[in-house]
Amino acid sequence: MLGKLSLSAIPIHVPILVGTFAGVAVVGLAVLGLITYFGKWGYLWKEWFTSVDHKRLAVMYIVLALVALFRGFADAIMMRSQQALAFNGSPGYLPPEHYDQIFSAHGTIMIFFLAMAFMTGLFNFIVPLQIGARDVAFPFLNNLSFWMTAVGFILVNVSLFIGEFSQCGWLAYPPLSEKQFSPGVGVDYYILALQIAGVGTLLTGVNFFVTIVKMRAPGMSWMRLPVFTWTAFCSSILIMVSFPVLTVALALLGLDRYLGMHFFTNDGGGNQMLYLNLIWAWGHPEVYILILPAFGVFSEVVPAFSGKPLFGYATMVYATCSIMILSFLVWVHHFFTMGAGPDVNAFFGIATMVISIPTGVKLFNWMFTMYKGRVQFHACMYWAVGFMVVFTIGGMTGVMLAIPGADFVLHNSLFLIAHFHNVIIGGVYFGYICGMNFWFPKVMGFKLNESWGIAAFWFWFFGFFFAFTPLYVVGFMGMTRRLNHYDNPNWYPWILVAMFGAVLVLLGIVCQLTQLYVSIRDRNLPENRDLTGDLWNGRTLEWSTSSPPPVYNFAIVPHVHELDAYMHDKEHGINTRGAGEGVQYAPIHMPRNTAAGLSAGIFAFVLGFAAIWYIWWLAVIGLVGIIATVIIRSADKDIDYYIPAEEVARTEQEYSRQLMAQAAE
Amino acid sequence: MAHDTTIQTAGHDEHHHESPVVFGFWVYLMTDCIIFGTLFATFAVLRNQFNGGPNGHQLFEIGGLALETALLLISSITYGFGMIAAHKNEINKVIVWLGITFLLGLGFVGLEVKEFIGLIHEGAGPDRSAFLSAFFTLVSTHGLHVSFGLLWILTLMVQLAGTKTIPERMMSKLTCLSLFWHFLDIVWICVFTYVYLASMI
Repeated sequence: MLGKLSLSAIPIHVPILVGTFAGVAVVGLAVLGLITYFGKWGYLWKEWFTSVDHKRLAVMYIVLALVALFRGFADAIMMRSQQALAFNGSPGYLPPEHYDQIFSAHGTIMIFFLAMAFMTGLFNFIVPLQIGARDVAFPFLNNLSFWMTAVGFILVNVSLFIGEFSQCGWLAYPPLSEKQFSPGVGVDYYILALQIAGVGTLLTGVNFFVTIVKMRAPGMSWMRLPVFTWTAFCSSILIMVSFPVLTVALALLGLDRYLGMHFFTNDGGGNQMLYLNLIWAWGHPEVYILILPAFGVFSEVVPAFSGKPLFGYATMVYATCSIMILSFLVWVHHFFTMGAGPDVNAFFGIATMVISIPTGVKLFNWMFTMYKGRVQFHACMYWAVGFMVVFTIGGMTGVMLAIPGADFVLHNSLFLIAHFHNVIIGGVYFGYICGMNFWFPKVMGFKLNESWGIAAFWFWFFGFFFAFTPLYVVGFMGMTRRLNHYDNPNWYPWILVAMFGAVLVLLGIVCQLTQLYVSIRDRNLPENRDLTGDLWNGRTLEWSTSSPPPVYNFAIVPHVHELDAYMHDKEHGINTRGAGEGVQYAPIHMPRNTAAGLSAGIFAFVLGFAAIWYIWWLAVIGLVGIIATVIIRSADKDIDYYIPAEEVARTEQEYSRQLMAQAAE
Repeated sequence: MAHDTTIQTAGHDEHHHESPVVFGFWVYLMTDCIIFGTLFATFAVLRNQFNGGPNGHQLFEIGGLALETALLLISSITYGFGMIAAHKNEINKVIVWLGITFLLGLGFVGLEVKEFIGLIHEGAGPDRSAFLSAFFTLVSTHGLHVSFGLLWILTLMVQLAGTKTIPERMMSKLTCLSLFWHFLDIVWICVFTYVYLASMI
């Protein structure tokens, strides 16, 4: 009746998990209680859960990403403290089977649910506004994508308390991840969670590709497209080309496990290196999916705080596109030791080094943008300049690893771990947090507190170097990744330094939380409100709207005359909004909210959970539920509505009055 | 699904926009194409890993395959007639052609299931060897797509029944399904030549 599920799946004998469960349960019940007490369920349902507004979905994505950050960082600091303790005969406090789940969950969560969700959140908020659109091409699919991503994350976390998570690392290499060596449900949690979240990501890629191709405001030719939108465009293409490969790789692994097939098994003619090739044919483009939008953020932030247009816009676009293409030509550098031979390894080594050329172009462009500019050191600029320092070091160690001979020595060592954290923290994370500080007032209508933001930056910056420089060193000394305990006295002091670095990062996260808290507490202070909608003297169209923008974004679709459309309009005295006395507004056609995305998400959860535990009748219910939801949605005729012209006029006049009051001050 | 009305062309006119649905669906199909491409690549890697078991030459029978292929190819033509009728707004004809397409597709899936059951009874199931794992996965992924298409045809037939005109949204659904159905034909031709014929030569 319940498949493999029984009471023994609840890990009541692991005190850490019981404690975590108690904590999560208390906080969860408190949140639910507060929502009920304040009667906010209706509000959440109407304004958020069923919303198809890209701005609302963006906020939900970023909240999801921040929750994932806490979970992923909790895993990280547990690993660091385990290694700080488990030296010279001490077993530490995490037994291997638990420790292995922690490092697997850490990687999975940080990439799929922190970075991807944060990135999608930024896409959602910025792209439609930057191209002068009223929403994305497929608003309902956008909502569905969010729920699929959320369900994937929930499944990963359910594995904490029911059963176990994968112990095979974040990419679940076979044969270890095969049934023979991992008979438990951990790998099944991993596969199902990623497949469900993958549906969401793929649809996001299609959605933004179509949005950017089809929905740009009149006059916005390709070479007038803001750089952030360009990077979102290239990332969407990468998603569309690479995520299907991930889907297939995980599906084949699942077929091995569920139906006894022989794709990657030791026996029956299976081939493990096929899995490695497939997973990295996705995995390498994936890191560029993440980093390109971060480059896009810096390309918006650096000009805004340098008071200059971006240096070398066209080269920035070409560099982005060449990175997009090159990212498909380098996947073998993840397993030079496979033994593909010197010719193959040389090709992939050189291709990898070639990527540093367009990346270098970008770095110089940002530096030349700052050169002779009136640079204001706002919190955003700390993250941007910090990125230039940290990321460049990460890029250089990447070129070292791209030399096949060096890679044979450093492969699977902590040197590699230090390298990719160097580029992912220094590049992706710094970039997204920079973007959050930059666009937060646009999203919420009030500023993020700057001093706490700068404090957070310094803790992260130094925390990063303290946590990962030692790993470069011990990597050179031969310490491999994923060690549960060790007895080499030369490594020990470095591991303690890394532990100290993790504590600094923890303080950085505490500062970020404080920053959010303080900013929300002081949101009504006059100096914190964003009444003009254009706090930083912005260059692109999103700054021409009010903060937060009205649900329809643009009452009158703007006409784009030049690159940096809004700056051009400001310099030439053109009224981008088209507002003024006697303007006739037309009713605006908008998509209606729908519960179909949430419904499909709930059934996807049921399907995933049931398949993990072999509860097949329940899996059938989940599958039928998803199909029924789609069919009912397809028959629904009430999917849109008009905002009456009078309401549009009222909203716009309100904003005009606000602007005039600001100008008078 | 999507809202043609959120597309903006010049100025204020909200009513004459090109729908992104068909373009979006076509792009989605290209991602599906990559799924098939990856499965073909997997088959190419594993096609000689028989693990001491039977190979394609011993297993595949050309007769049933020819019939399967014919059914699927003809169903593409009948769907095409359905689209012609839809453009002329002849709803009853559309429903009839969709019904014929459905039956042809059902025949294809039925034959495929019969073939699979036969293979499994011979002891040549997907767990026998890597070759058979790759074979079953590639072919049944296509078969599942066709089955999903059948469900889609039924849904549209029900939604069309009793209506007088074909609104724009229904027309774009029919066009998407049309793209999907012809796409599956193309994939099948690759399966037929690369998996079956190449294994039998």
